[in-house]
Amino acid sequence: MDQDTLNYIFIGLSFALYIGIAFKSRASSTKEYYTAGGGVSPLANGMATAADWMSAATFISMAGALALGGYAGSRFLMGWTGGFVLLTILMVPYLRKFGKATVPDFIGDRYYSKFARFVAVLCAVFICMTYIMGQMRGVGVVFSQLFSIEISSGVIVGALIVFLYAGLGGMKGITYTQVAQYCVMAFAYTIPAFYIAIALTGNFIPQVGFIGEYIADGDPVPFLEKLNNINQELGFAKYTDGSMTMVDMFCITTALMCGTAGLPHVIVRFFTVKNVKAVRKSACWTLAFIAVIYLTAPTIGAFSRVNLIAQLNGIQYSEAPDWFARFEDSGQMTFEDKNGDGMIQYTGPLAYRTSDGELVIAPSEKAKQAALERDSQAMTDPNELVFGADIMVMANPYMSDVPPWAIALLMAGCIAAALSTAAGLLLVLSTSISHDLLKKILKPELTDKEEVRWARIASFVSLAVAAYFGINPPSAFIAKTVAFAFGLAASSFFPTLLIGIFSKRMSREGAIAGMISGISFTLGYIIYFQFLGGDSADYLLGISPEGIGTLGMLINFAVSFTVNLFSPAPPLEVQQMVEEIHIPSGAGGAVDH
Amino acid sequence: MKEPTARSHRIACLKLTLILLSVWAFVSFGCSILLRSWMDGNMPSIGSVPFGFWMAQQGSIICFVLLLVVYAVCMRRLDNKHGYDEE
Repeated sequence: MDQDTLNYIFIGLSFALYIGIAFKSRASSTKEYYTAGGGVSPLANGMATAADWMSAATFISMAGALALGGYAGSRFLMGWTGGFVLLTILMVPYLRKFGKATVPDFIGDRYYSKFARFVAVLCAVFICMTYIMGQMRGVGVVFSQLFSIEISSGVIVGALIVFLYAGLGGMKGITYTQVAQYCVMAFAYTIPAFYIAIALTGNFIPQVGFIGEYIADGDPVPFLEKLNNINQELGFAKYTDGSMTMVDMFCITTALMCGTAGLPHVIVRFFTVKNVKAVRKSACWTLAFIAVIYLTAPTIGAFSRVNLIAQLNGIQYSEAPDWFARFEDSGQMTFEDKNGDGMIQYTGPLAYRTSDGELVIAPSEKAKQAALERDSQAMTDPNELVFGADIMVMANPYMSDVPPWAIALLMAGCIAAALSTAAGLLLVLSTSISHDLLKKILKPELTDKEEVRWARIASFVSLAVAAYFGINPPSAFIAKTVAFAFGLAASSFFPTLLIGIFSKRMSREGAIAGMISGISFTLGYIIYFQFLGGDSADYLLGISPEGIGTLGMLINFAVSFTVNLFSPAPPLEVQQMVEEIHIPSGAGGAVDH
Repeated sequence: MKEPTARSHRIACLKLTLILLSVWAFVSFGCSILLRSWMDGNMPSIGSVPFGFWMAQQGSIICFVLLLVVYAVCMRRLDNKHGYDEE
């Protein structure tokens, strides 16, 4: 049986499973549609949240970002796990006690203002939209690889599937569907890593192999030393150094962490367990399940880099391994024979080719510039192999003899990753629009039935927008696009929720001004540098758009507290409410509101 | 009777929060980013991997999970002590 047939069988089976579960527990009333009846066990909720969390960015893009970025890729690892500590300790137990279904609900009540709720809904819409864009791109990459079609067609096929099961199943369908998805994803991600770890390091646990020695050819050398050597030989920065300044690294990690703690679709998940104690347990399980993937990602990144270079660099194109053609067909890896010798040469930013045709690796960027000035005929970028970070996870198992069924499982996992997050986000987006915007602000007379219908219309429209940006992505790889969503969340919800929970005195004026200034600064900065052609030399304090959410967050805090000085204190009942949410017992059921 | 309970619970809870968050900041921003080169040079390597790099890619994540376990256990004790336990 060939690989493609096997892929279809595995994906078909996994889909039958998800859809079967979704239909079996199809939501009937609005209450259930939003919070799955309020009684999911912490373990199941933890798994479902983990599945929700492991988006295309994590599952498909992150290991590739690590392979290409080395140490610099750690920002995703720490940012997206460390954020859970903030989320659990500072946010969700209190929000769960408060007991409303959505984040804008909390902001509207805590800041006693419809306008605050309105601003919060807008923020949620921007955050979720940016996030879904990344997911749709992921869906496109996977389907394009699966059917050997253009990414744009892949995006459209994926969008239809997401709409079908998010729109019809509701959250209840999604919670149990996602438990199944987590299992598929965890096995799909780790099994190839086991095989490759044995092949490269002789140890079947990838995390142990990662800190061990490389034994695949010649004398054993420490694995990371091998990686550093390879990188330097080809003109890249050392794997353990990466090429990112400390300031940028710090800001991006902070933005990802705080963004995690302010991400509406993750916060909503914790409303589905029955009390505050269960929330803490559930968060523990979630992070433990996520850690399984996050501890494996750096090993996959490192292994795939060694393998890719060993199998492609310096090889005659006519003798390239079979799998290379597979990725060339879908246009995700390209070879351009710049010097016409028929050989694949993969090089980094420090490499250049002299006018005599000799490949030289400069010791530094400066040395390269100097050499290029002396030799004006030199080729500044001799690299002949181009591929994106998003393709590494899917290409990885082909490079080490991983059995075909494990590759098929991986494809099923990739699809689950992209679809599950997209479905969860779609739900939050459509809830924000139908419940918070229409029912609570614009059209209070809406019946439950009409509300659900509006939710479906909203999810259809937002999916169409997301599909457009999936085809025309705002950045080089998925993890980066998704990082923008985290920046937006960090600059809007994180400070406002945090102050709302821990300070009785913060007034609506302060919160509204803070949210608006934080998110508009961050959004403006991202749009200027990603869409309007801003030059990276003009970065504010050297912070890239990925990390600007940190600055946006500080602006939000500063504006909130400054405006608060000049505005009246919140009403007494709001102050009492803030005291109440710090008492963990007596949280009402998630549906009793 | 209720007021002092709520107050002491809240103070104990804040203390725990601050302690856990300082550990959180130390393992992530401290060991893995700001003090990374110092950690690489002066701390024992994990296997063949320099300490700071290992913290950035593996150690910090393990610490985060442990922090949440500690949080859940300590908070449960704290709630029980103050009579907020449920079930």
